[in-house]
Amino acid sequence: MSLNKKITDDLVANDISFVTTVPCKQLAGVIEEIEGRDEIFHIPSNKEDEGMGLCAGAFMGGKRPAIIMQNTAIGVTINTLATLIQYYRMPLPMIISYRGELREPVACQVEMAVHTKALLAQMNIPTYHFHHQSDVEELDAILKYTFMCNKPVAILTDANFWGGYGDQ
Amino acid sequence: MIRSEILREIAPILRDQLVICNIGLPSQEMHLIDDQPTNFYMLGTMGLSSSIGLGLALAQDKTVISIDGDGSVLTNLGTLPTIANNVTDNFILLIIDNGSYGSTGDQPTYAGKKTKLENVAMACGCENVITCQDLDTAKVLQAAIDSKRMTIIVVKCDSGNIKLPVITKDPVMIKERFMNAVKA
Repeated sequence: MSLNKKITDDLVANDISFVTTVPCKQLAGVIEEIEGRDEIFHIPSNKEDEGMGLCAGAFMGGKRPAIIMQNTAIGVTINTLATLIQYYRMPLPMIISYRGELREPVACQVEMAVHTKALLAQMNIPTYHFHHQSDVEELDAILKYTFMCNKPVAILTDANFWGGYGDQ
Repeated sequence: MIRSEILREIAPILRDQLVICNIGLPSQEMHLIDDQPTNFYMLGTMGLSSSIGLGLALAQDKTVISIDGDGSVLTNLGTLPTIANNVTDNFILLIIDNGSYGSTGDQPTYAGKKTKLENVAMACGCENVITCQDLDTAKVLQAAIDSKRMTIIVVKCDSGNIKLPVITKDPVMIKERFMNAVKA
């Protein structure tokens, strides 16, 4: 089974029906898979803090939300995470493309990669790092954990997990 | 009219609807004028009133009114294309456009200068954009609710604030009370 299908199946199995995305090359396949699923309403965002606002509203409307974005978005969303998602205690799975890790071809991506885990730790956000493809087996449990504890939870998915970038 | 006078006038209309109250003075004013379980008070996160309201409207069937400001819409200008491209007829975005950042000392916004948010909304693809003067807000808002069409209302009014207390309610209590009202 493909990673994209496995991730989407796990979202659906956990009753996640409202997903917002800001694209990343690594996430193109999973975004396409989500767009094609009838069980999920997919709403692209222009910026990740906007997406978290959409998710907060959908959650209060009775839907389970998720956001899919790149790790650079952690730099964009610190205030929204602190004063909306955490302050009002809302669950939010964040499936994050972890750019700037091993097999990264773009040097600038490393500049946010080195801050990513430190920022998430500073925010007390539970964080999981998918480095091998088999790590995806934990996604179902992570989603259940997120909606159990009503917190934002980060799932960092790096280039090795996605199978690298091919020829660069 | 200033924003608090407009909110006082439309409070009887808002009372029966789900309302996302923008951060700062708009939330404080709604809290003072007519605190309702159907009001969600934003205590932080400038700019996201329209996004929270749109997400809520897309997730359930009741009418949702996001009270926003010109400064807050400018902060999250990307919200307008998202609204335009995800039409949900139970959503009304009410932009109180007083041309200033009211909660921070009435510094002028670009909406009070050359930028016309109603034109921006239309350029973004919003199909039902109404501009009105402060005195007409209640009539226009009621018509928008009755039309059952997604509507962006830009209310032109004076800048100015009243003195009032901050909201000390616990955010989790605000959320739980609001979610119960959504379900009711």
